[in-house]
Amino acid sequence: MTIARGQTAPAGPVPALVEQFKGGLAAPICLTWEWTYACNLSCTHCLSSSGRRDPGELTTEQMRSVIDELAAMQVFYVNVGGGEPTVRPDFWELLDYAVASGVGVKFSTNGLRLDAERARRLAATDYVDVQVSLDGASADVNDAVRGDGSYAMALRAMENLAEAGFANFKISVVMTRHNVPQLDDFAALADRFGAQLRITRLRPSGRGADVWPELHPTDAQQREIYSWLTDHGDQVLTGDSFFHLNALGGSPLPGLNLCGAGRVVCLIDPVGDVYACPFAIHDVFRAGTVRAPGGFARVWRSAPLFAELRTETSGGACLSCSEYSACQGGCMAAKFFTGLPLDGPDPECVKGHGVSALAAIGGAPPRMGTDHSHRGREVPLGMPSLRVPAKVRVPAKLCDSSPLAGTA
Amino acid sequence: MITPFEPGRGYRLNPAVALRPEPFGALAYHFGNRRLSFLKAPELVELVRGLGSHRCASDALAAVPDGRRDAYLRALASLAAADMIVPQQVEGEVA
Repeated sequence: MTIARGQTAPAGPVPALVEQFKGGLAAPICLTWEWTYACNLSCTHCLSSSGRRDPGELTTEQMRSVIDELAAMQVFYVNVGGGEPTVRPDFWELLDYAVASGVGVKFSTNGLRLDAERARRLAATDYVDVQVSLDGASADVNDAVRGDGSYAMALRAMENLAEAGFANFKISVVMTRHNVPQLDDFAALADRFGAQLRITRLRPSGRGADVWPELHPTDAQQREIYSWLTDHGDQVLTGDSFFHLNALGGSPLPGLNLCGAGRVVCLIDPVGDVYACPFAIHDVFRAGTVRAPGGFARVWRSAPLFAELRTETSGGACLSCSEYSACQGGCMAAKFFTGLPLDGPDPECVKGHGVSALAAIGGAPPRMGTDHSHRGREVPLGMPSLRVPAKVRVPAKLCDSSPLAGTA
Repeated sequence: MITPFEPGRGYRLNPAVALRPEPFGALAYHFGNRRLSFLKAPELVELVRGLGSHRCASDALAAVPDGRRDAYLRALASLAAADMIVPQQVEGEVA
């Protein structure tokens, strides 16, 4: 999706668009919908703590009725994720159903199911976009976070997409301390496959909370990301995730520069719960469920949590800062999962206010309420060249076994 | 191929574009190029919806209050540049 930068507004007393967005829209623009918690990988920074399927995940029938509802609300496309969404046996069927209903799909994948034949079929389908996750431009950096073999799997998928003529698919990178030096390499990789690079911020959500202290970019690297984006911003997507860096300079990064949670963004999780944003899977940010009477539309339009998020925030401790209008206080989820108050500074505040606030915290920060991590899998620390021997896993419950048993 | 906007020409909403009503006006989504535009006033939404029933864009703009006509003209030009509105086919013209 591209937000046209053209001027379509009349002059006159019309408030800036971003001010209007703060009051919320009739339907989300960026709706993330996670189709399963099941995943073949165990990425150390997984923001949804995915791994095992949840027995309560929406059935095919329920998924179809949510798609019907999104179509009726004119939600023109959804960002589908997981887990690894393609492990759902009904994934391709639901994809076709959504597209036929006028709801476009951009799905995130680690590349697992994208063989040559599937890539050809996707290339022939209008209204579908594919986003391959890759967190290192080399196997050692990537696999330290995403697991052994995941780099090769992603590269194979990209080769298949490129060979099938799927132009402009996305390569999606979460920026870490180890891959910031590879920014140019990622751009070269995208060029090589005729793809577009997308870089996003590492959030301390889900299992990300465990590795965030070691993996989040240093202050110097934050400046590097900012200046790199200033130079390359028009060719690189960011999901609007670096607006906290706007306090670094005079030229704001392209995007809305606004926390969109509950205003233009929300998340539907695999069991049908609706959260304010994809990085905030916690009861505090749970607005309702698509299973309740009135479905998703009612949650979007009348959930008290969303009403609250659509009012002007106080700015709290940040109000006295000269840069508040540039950074807007940063990311709600990043604050919450590091234990910082929501009206205080972002943990990665470029003025250093986050660091001092973090030092003053007593007690452990809140944890994500649900955890679908594979049990018994060693989680490495995200450091390159750390090799952890595979262990024999015995499922504790039937649904613990990999949905890919025998196929992976 | 997008041709430059000419107010003397007839335009209509691109059939590949859907308008979603919003508190501020409408959100325009182009199913072909996946671009999103914002129509920032309900009046502009009406203008765009009714564009196809006028001989030319200038005629459609005649109903707009004087003080806003230039702004709406610019808005139509940028919508044309984004392929959100397209020229009406003139009889005998090859598409």
